[in-house]
Amino acid sequence: MDRQSTGTNDISLDALRSGSREAFAQLVERYSPSIYRLALRITGNSQDAEDVLQETFLKAMNALSDFQGRSSVSTWLYRIAVNESLMLLRRQKRANTIPVELENDENQDGESETLEIEDWCCLPEKELLSSESRAFLDQALNQLSPRLKMVFQLRDIEGLSIQETADALELTEANVKTSLMRARLKLRELLTGYFHEKLSGRAA
Amino acid sequence: MTNHPLTCKEILQQINLLIDGELEAELCDQLEKHLRECDNCRVVVNTTTKTIELYQEIKGQDQLPEDVRKRLYLRLNLPEPRRDL
Repeated sequence: MDRQSTGTNDISLDALRSGSREAFAQLVERYSPSIYRLALRITGNSQDAEDVLQETFLKAMNALSDFQGRSSVSTWLYRIAVNESLMLLRRQKRANTIPVELENDENQDGESETLEIEDWCCLPEKELLSSESRAFLDQALNQLSPRLKMVFQLRDIEGLSIQETADALELTEANVKTSLMRARLKLRELLTGYFHEKLSGRAA
Repeated sequence: MTNHPLTCKEILQQINLLIDGELEAELCDQLEKHLRECDNCRVVVNTTTKTIELYQEIKGQDQLPEDVRKRLYLRLNLPEPRRDL
C-alpha cells in the first residue's frame, strides 16, 4: 500500500527554530489539513476542531525554539493536537462522551468470535463511495474507542508509520499494532454489515 | 516457523503484516498458498484491505475549509502562502 511521505525534509528545522515566518507558514500549509481532520475526528465537531487547530499551531510557534528534534516536527505537531483535543474534551466533560483517556481498551473493541464473511469488494465504486456510504464510513469510525479511532486515523488515513503513530499518541509500538489490528477488523466488520444489505438489495 | 499448514486463526493474526506488505518471504509464501485455497480468509483479507482503501479515498472530502484556513493564518498573524504549493 502506498504511504504518503510525512516528512518535513524540505522545511528547514533551523529556519523554523530561528523563527522564520516563511518556514512556519510552510509548516502550517502542509499540516493544517491533517491536524484539522484529526481534531475533527476526536472532538466530533467543527468549532472544536478549529479551536484545536489554532491552539496547536500557536503552541508550536511558541515552543519551536525549545523543540529538541527527538521526533519529527510533524509527529510533534500531532502530539500537541491530540493533547489539545483531549484537554478540550475533558474541559467540556460532555455527558455523552466516552472516556477520553487513551485507555487500554482490551475488551471494548475485541474482535468478535466469528467473522462475517461476505465479499463486497465487487460492489461498484459508485456504490462503495456514494454519499450514503461515505456517511456510514464516518459513522463507523466514530463508533470505535478514542484510542482505536486515533490509531486508525493517523496510521491508515494520514499515512504515518507505526513508530510515528506511537510517538504522536505516546503509546508503545506494540500497543499501536494491536490497536491497529482491532480497528481494522472492527471497521471491516461494520462495513461488511452495511454492504451486506447493499448486496442483498442487488440480488433481490 | 513450523512446517504445519497455517490455520485461519494464524492468518488473521498476521493480517496487519500481510496488508502492509511486511511479511517475511517464507511466511508470505505459506500465507499466499493458504489464501489461494481458503475462500473465507481471502474474503477477510480482501475486505479489510478494501476497508482501508475506502477510508483513504474519502479523506479528500475532509479538506481544510477555506474560511477555517483564513482564520488560522489571521490568528497566527502569518501571511497566507500562495496555494499553488
